[in-house]
Amino acid sequence: MADFLFEIGLEEIPARMIAAAEDELARRVFELLTREQLLEPGQEAQSYSTPRRLAVLVGGVREAQADMEEHLTGPAWGIAFKNGQPGPAAQAFAKKAGVAVTDLKKVQTPKGEYVGASTVRKGRTAGEILLEALPKEIAGIYWPKNMYWRAGKPERFVRPVQWMVALLGDTVIPVEFAGVTAGRATFGHRILHGNEPVEIAEPADYLKALEAAKVMADVEARRQRIRKALDKATRKVEGALWREDEPLVDTVTHLTEWPAVLLGGFEHEYLELPEEVLVTVMRDHQKYFAVEDAKGRLAPYFLTVLNTEPGDDAAEIIRHGNERVLRARFNDARFFWRVDQKITLAERVDMLQAVTFHKELGSYWDKTQANREVAKRLAGLVKQQGTAVDEAALLRAVELAKTDLTTELVKEFTELQGQVGGLYARAQGKGEAVAQAIYWQYSPASMEDAIPPTVEGQLLGLADRIATITQMFGIGLEPTGSKDPYALRRAANAVVKILAEGHVKLTLGDVLGGSADEKVQAFLKERVAYYLRDVKGFQYDVVNAVLAAEIYNLDGTLCSRGHDDVCDAIERSEAVSAMRGSEDFEAIATQFKRMKNIVRQADDKGLFKFAPGSGADPNLLQEPAEQNLYRRATEIGSEFQVLRMTREYQRALEHMASLRPDVDRFFEEIMVMVDEKVVRDNRLTMLAQMLHAFFYIADFSEIVAG
Amino acid sequence: MASALKNQTQNQPLTFQEVLFRLQSYWAERGCVLQQPYDIEVGAGTMSPDTFLRVLGPEPINIAYAQPSRRPADGRYGENPNRLYKHLQLQVILKPPPSDIQDLYLQSLEAIGIDLAEHDIKFEEDNWEWPVGGAWGVGWQVMLDGLEITQFTYFQQCGGMDLDPISGEITYGLERLTAFLQDVDSIYEIVWARDPRTGREVTYGEIRLQEELQLSVYNFEAADVSKLWEHLRMYEAECQALLGSFHEAFAKKAEKEAERHEKKHEQVVHADGAVPAAEDLQQQLRRFPVLGAYELCLKCSHLFNLLDARGAISVTERVAVMARIRAMVVGVAKTYRQQSLGLTA
Repeated sequence: MADFLFEIGLEEIPARMIAAAEDELARRVFELLTREQLLEPGQEAQSYSTPRRLAVLVGGVREAQADMEEHLTGPAWGIAFKNGQPGPAAQAFAKKAGVAVTDLKKVQTPKGEYVGASTVRKGRTAGEILLEALPKEIAGIYWPKNMYWRAGKPERFVRPVQWMVALLGDTVIPVEFAGVTAGRATFGHRILHGNEPVEIAEPADYLKALEAAKVMADVEARRQRIRKALDKATRKVEGALWREDEPLVDTVTHLTEWPAVLLGGFEHEYLELPEEVLVTVMRDHQKYFAVEDAKGRLAPYFLTVLNTEPGDDAAEIIRHGNERVLRARFNDARFFWRVDQKITLAERVDMLQAVTFHKELGSYWDKTQANREVAKRLAGLVKQQGTAVDEAALLRAVELAKTDLTTELVKEFTELQGQVGGLYARAQGKGEAVAQAIYWQYSPASMEDAIPPTVEGQLLGLADRIATITQMFGIGLEPTGSKDPYALRRAANAVVKILAEGHVKLTLGDVLGGSADEKVQAFLKERVAYYLRDVKGFQYDVVNAVLAAEIYNLDGTLCSRGHDDVCDAIERSEAVSAMRGSEDFEAIATQFKRMKNIVRQADDKGLFKFAPGSGADPNLLQEPAEQNLYRRATEIGSEFQVLRMTREYQRALEHMASLRPDVDRFFEEIMVMVDEKVVRDNRLTMLAQMLHAFFYIADFSEIVAG
Repeated sequence: MASALKNQTQNQPLTFQEVLFRLQSYWAERGCVLQQPYDIEVGAGTMSPDTFLRVLGPEPINIAYAQPSRRPADGRYGENPNRLYKHLQLQVILKPPPSDIQDLYLQSLEAIGIDLAEHDIKFEEDNWEWPVGGAWGVGWQVMLDGLEITQFTYFQQCGGMDLDPISGEITYGLERLTAFLQDVDSIYEIVWARDPRTGREVTYGEIRLQEELQLSVYNFEAADVSKLWEHLRMYEAECQALLGSFHEAFAKKAEKEAERHEKKHEQVVHADGAVPAAEDLQQQLRRFPVLGAYELCLKCSHLFNLLDARGAISVTERVAVMARIRAMVVGVAKTYRQQSLGLTA
């Protein structure tokens, strides 16, 4: 038994790809060893990575597979042996099995007596297997962006392979990939160690040997070192804290082999620039951490994570260089800010005609007009509901919303679109409501993001996205499969989130207006389902049940669907989830499924068609069990409707669940599909009517009984 | 401050021109042909035919050249200390890229006095793409103490064609690099040259500020939009005409050539001697001015950038004009390959 180490050395791997590739390599090696029965039980793969390497270390690897006894079954005994003498069939089978004819045995099978042979297949060595199988595993690693580098393009990989280490115990397994043969030599830090190879005697030495060559291969250890160093460097400024930024910590962890942290500063005067701009420059452009004072205000410092271990003089040089770069960047931003003020946002409205939104849908000026129509309509609806909205501010915000696309600052810092517009609107005295709405228009950018804080901001965000979605669908640009070039799913997710969490009580029907496009409806329904499942964490079947609900008007026409009112769907999901544990509820859900099947089958056979709004005739009900169910369902049903309308869903469901004994009794005593049509139809009508009434909250037949 | 960056002999940081000399010498010593800047406006060193066309096809090449790169929309009238209408790139193309190309690059930094042990250097993912040229590659931006000093790219496609072998491209931004070495906050303060006899210094501003100012005025205000459009149309028409005549002349002839190839055997038998010589066709092909067509593309590309800086390209035009230029550039690249293949066949 031995440890197995595999390391692949590469030119710098993109930071964003390292974690997944490290996991995948470890998984592939582990699964290979497991599949080939080369692994003692209870082993785990340990994985490592730096920008220049991926590695995996697995203990308890057998030197070879165990020998395997194989039992082969050949021809029927009676055919192979005549009078106990082996015939041609026996000879052929013995040859094929690799045994002497005298070693053939008689085996009993369900089909009778057959010739059998036992052979021992020699286990292959781990070395052989790894040599053969590992290159395929390496080649199989997924990279979001690959490259060719060798002439003839024999393989694609993320970056050129520079070296490989493959050690089983102290033995090299000379695995070949991309023209490189694995050995025991790895390489240390480019600068701190140089190009001198680092020999690994055996796998257990790996981390130590690299540590000596100024490489921390353990990602978690590196992350902790960075965090501690950030803390330590920040302590030089009294009361200051570095601004937590997990994604940035992650990035710099994957950009360094031997990290250190340096504190730098910038001139106070730059603090006049909006914090958003300063932080974006530091974080997105320079990968610096921002520093804040005890009150949470931005302080004129930054922290940069180095991939080296500088002495005092070098630290001074590096700090100076970084400060110089940051100053130049801040200068640029300030220059852009000042230049931008020469043309007001209002004056920029017409400039939007020169900014393409989409080649078929026109410019951002056209887009603004489309947004205005939707925003106006939404404002009207919201006002009808009695929600306070500053319509003039909303329309002003819509008009100016996209103008920041023409500013130098947004051209330079595209990630600040919207925010820059909001800041400029404020600076140009457009009023807080307008500025806020513009500022937040692209929020939420993700499901973790907050929605716009103001009604006007929420309406602008809705209008912008609804206009985009309906227009894009209108010209056939709906997302397909994994392709969503216009990020319409993200836009729709934001719509759902704003409806779910915002002040405005609008339904999807409201925001879509007259647009009854089935594709758009289905697309948004799927986004509501996503929201309920993946963001709110409701179970799959609960979400299906709630979204399948249908509410009818008294005249039998469809009033609304289960996904239409997002807030309501959340409340119904909560109620259904709360009831899930209850025995009566799950039992009645099962019975509902039965009812639904009966009604559907009757419908399928053309025996029966339910007209929503119609009801069973109590006079035609003959048996006590059906009379009882009719009475109880009517009674409970009316209480249910009252509770439903006051949105006391859980109490409504509790009432509904109390019908269980009556439903059980009905099915025990009553046969629905009797020959007599009048009786049959009346029973079907009663069941269908119940389904309709109770399915106002959810289609309980979707519930998967626990 | 930054004492480690001083030139050891004179205790002065390298001048702008010395940085260029040293890098050129460095790469020349490593087998690069030193080419002079291409004498037509380009937006980047990549667009010079020494890169764009030489990376096509299998012939190995190591070449380096400084290339003034014009980006009209980046002009700032000489007022912004970090932005230029025209900046100077040092472009190095290594085809195929040697396996120690990163080490070679790092040593080039030492050649201009950067002691790597005293700096923080990182290779951060940065992929390059020039959609108009049907070209892309993967690579890094090289960060030195937080400053992007180099674009490092492994070309994968060019002119819409897969490259085999690929090329390694190293592009140094010379102004940025020298401003860093000299520790000045404005490009215009860079010492371009220093008279070794008197110590008198000439700055980047003295050499180039006037040009930045006047060409910003020209690009943003004075360039005659209708003439620019007219020039664009004319260059485009000429380029397309050339490409058209190439295909007319050689697409058919290539077919005939194939036919003739088959007939030759018969004709040896018949020996009537009336077939035009294959050498003529080869000669015509060799003479065909594909490079002229490429220069016309470059003209169009620059005119497009000028029109863009003038704010003269409307929404609908923009996409369409870019598609037209792409058609030309990719068309030239493909034609160039066909020509090379024809010549080597």
